Amino acid sequence: MSDLTFVRSDMQPALPPPVRTTGAIAWTRKNLFPSVSNGVWTIVAILFLLWLVPRLYGFLIGDAIFTDPEGLRGEACRFEGVGACWAYVAARFNFFIYGFFPLGEVWRVNIMFILGIIFLAPLLIPKAPLQKTAALMFFVVYPIVSYWLMAGGEFLGIPGTALRTVPTNQWGGLTLTLIISMIGIIVSMPLGILLALGRQSKLPIIKWFCVAFIELWRAVPLITVLFMASVMFPLFMPQGVNPDTLLRAIVGICLFQAAYMAEVVRGGLQAMPRGQYEAASALGLSKPKTMGLIILPQALKHVIPGIVNNFIALFKDTSLVSIIGVFELLNTVRAAARDLDWSSPTQAVTGYIFAGFVFWIFCFGMSRYSIYMENRLHTGHKR
Amino acid sequence: MKNKLLTLAVATATAVAAPAAFADTLDDVIERGYVQCGVTLGVPGFSMPDENNNWSGLEVDYCRALAAAIFDDPDAVRYTGLTSQARFESLGNGNVDVLSRTTTWTMTRDTDLGLTFVGTMFYDGQGFLVKAADGISSALELSGAAVCIEAGTTTELNAADYFAANGMDLSNAVIFVTRDEVTQAYLDGRCDVYTTDASAIAAERTQFPDPSAHVILPEIISKEPLGPVVRSGDTRWFNITRWTYFALLNAEELGVTQANVDEMLGSDNPEIKRLLGVEGDFGSPIGLSADWAYRIIKHIGNYGEAYDRHVGPNTPLGIPRGINALWSQGGIQYAPPIR
Repeated sequence: MSDLTFVRSDMQPALPPPVRTTGAIAWTRKNLFPSVSNGVWTIVAILFLLWLVPRLYGFLIGDAIFTDPEGLRGEACRFEGVGACWAYVAARFNFFIYGFFPLGEVWRVNIMFILGIIFLAPLLIPKAPLQKTAALMFFVVYPIVSYWLMAGGEFLGIPGTALRTVPTNQWGGLTLTLIISMIGIIVSMPLGILLALGRQSKLPIIKWFCVAFIELWRAVPLITVLFMASVMFPLFMPQGVNPDTLLRAIVGICLFQAAYMAEVVRGGLQAMPRGQYEAASALGLSKPKTMGLIILPQALKHVIPGIVNNFIALFKDTSLVSIIGVFELLNTVRAAARDLDWSSPTQAVTGYIFAGFVFWIFCFGMSRYSIYMENRLHTGHKR
Repeated sequence: MKNKLLTLAVATATAVAAPAAFADTLDDVIERGYVQCGVTLGVPGFSMPDENNNWSGLEVDYCRALAAAIFDDPDAVRYTGLTSQARFESLGNGNVDVLSRTTTWTMTRDTDLGLTFVGTMFYDGQGFLVKAADGISSALELSGAAVCIEAGTTTELNAADYFAANGMDLSNAVIFVTRDEVTQAYLDGRCDVYTTDASAIAAERTQFPDPSAHVILPEIISKEPLGPVVRSGDTRWFNITRWTYFALLNAEELGVTQANVDEMLGSDNPEIKRLLGVEGDFGSPIGLSADWAYRIIKHIGNYGEAYDRHVGPNTPLGIPRGINALWSQGGIQYAPPIR
């Protein structure tokens, strides 16, 4: 035996995987051309994008008019092959955001927006400091301050705080869209929960009242509700009693949404296994505590997608108030679409694209936040 | 018992119907301090919010004239944008005092809804748009032309009737389903003539790449009289609204304009004297001051001035005066005299 035996002292390095399974080529093969039919669809999709993207780019950016330095207004956007007329949106931006709110008083709306963000942010960010204070501010103080900022007059009757009065028919634009949807969301949520609980109640009067309320409001289209609220309602009131049109519309939307919310929440309640109630009883919890500590937190968590779905629908439904002559975002865009100062071939289209984009930002934001909340509250029940 | 129930029902019905009667609109308006005026949601030239968030337009000027006559302040108006679905109900339930909202005067609307039309601020109707390069000056030259029409509308019937009545040939007409298609086809050159209501044609034209290359022919072939509407049953308010409109027309006929109205106060013409309240008091019978018409002209101008300011030939809409001219100038706008 000689000592010339070969003993390898280090590991043989792993060979690179075959070229066909790595790198750009393999990725392409795996994801874009795994089979003939998928390959065909890939090619079709690429051709479609090649057709669409340059056109979109051309219309929205390439051929679009962003500024109007010479003050030509409509003429600046009036030529063959013009893209979007963003200068028009910029010129009427105030109208789209604030509606008929007096231009000198717009700072009040801005303060309201900023306060809203300050108070709302701690409530949306988990484990943010001062959440209880923020909740108190947002749900109690903020509505009062906002009303004062928007409507004017004296703050809680304190002399020296008088702001110029702005009647509600001068509120408008995105401001009004946000006001309506915010009130709708904040009011319909607790109301919906109460209705859902009431519908499950064993007390017949409460139960049947809730059932009748929910079924009545769900059986009527929102347009009808708004139309009744704005046009028919005054006929039933004694002369002189004429609540504000906007207020009537908002009340209508809140009740309408509460009925839908109630059914979503009921779905969550019914998904709770009986064992949860029994466990709560075994711990000696009272009925309200069972609901508040055990059932509702779980039930609501289950139906977050449904709830946010309702919020998004509500946000978009605010555009229906245009039927009663309220100038929310879409209606301001529609009203300005034929503004003679800016008349040009793409004037109306540009306005609608702007409105669509604004709606999309808010709806997409709500949707992403809902997904975030779902993941945060995820406790292993999900598949 | 049955009788009691019946009485109760009638009483309730009366109580419900009572607010719709609105005892005296003028008193309400004066107490409130402003006129509530129902306008469109944005029709160029008629009622439209401008860049300073103020409403402007021919029909808005009517509301301003009303406020000027009552308060000597044309801005004492609160505007409510109304959809065409909600306009009559809003007037009927008292949300607005007067509806000045491109509303066509028809018999049903005048008689069946508890509403009354005040007059015709604008005689609209179907008109024709042609390319300026074609050199056409009258609709009677359109025989055999390719006319773009929206299918199944009164527009189509009107055109057929007009062409038949004048012995012209409409066989080359091109029919489309939607307004947008019609506009696009006209712009693409698939037809020579575009026809619908004149005010709509004018608005449509402002968004063409080159509006000056198209002209609206003077002929109006259908009747779409647009005017203000008030609730029936309040004669004084009706008279105020009607004579506000007549004052605008009379001022134009007498040559009184916004610029020369102060000068005209010293005029020797008895008709002008009566109009401006220098001689006699025509205001008090309708609950206004003697210089009510002076106020209107001072703040708004006469009808012709309002027309030229908002829809006339020198505006982007460029609607020829046509039948909306005074009766003395070949049109049909006519107002009874003030005396």
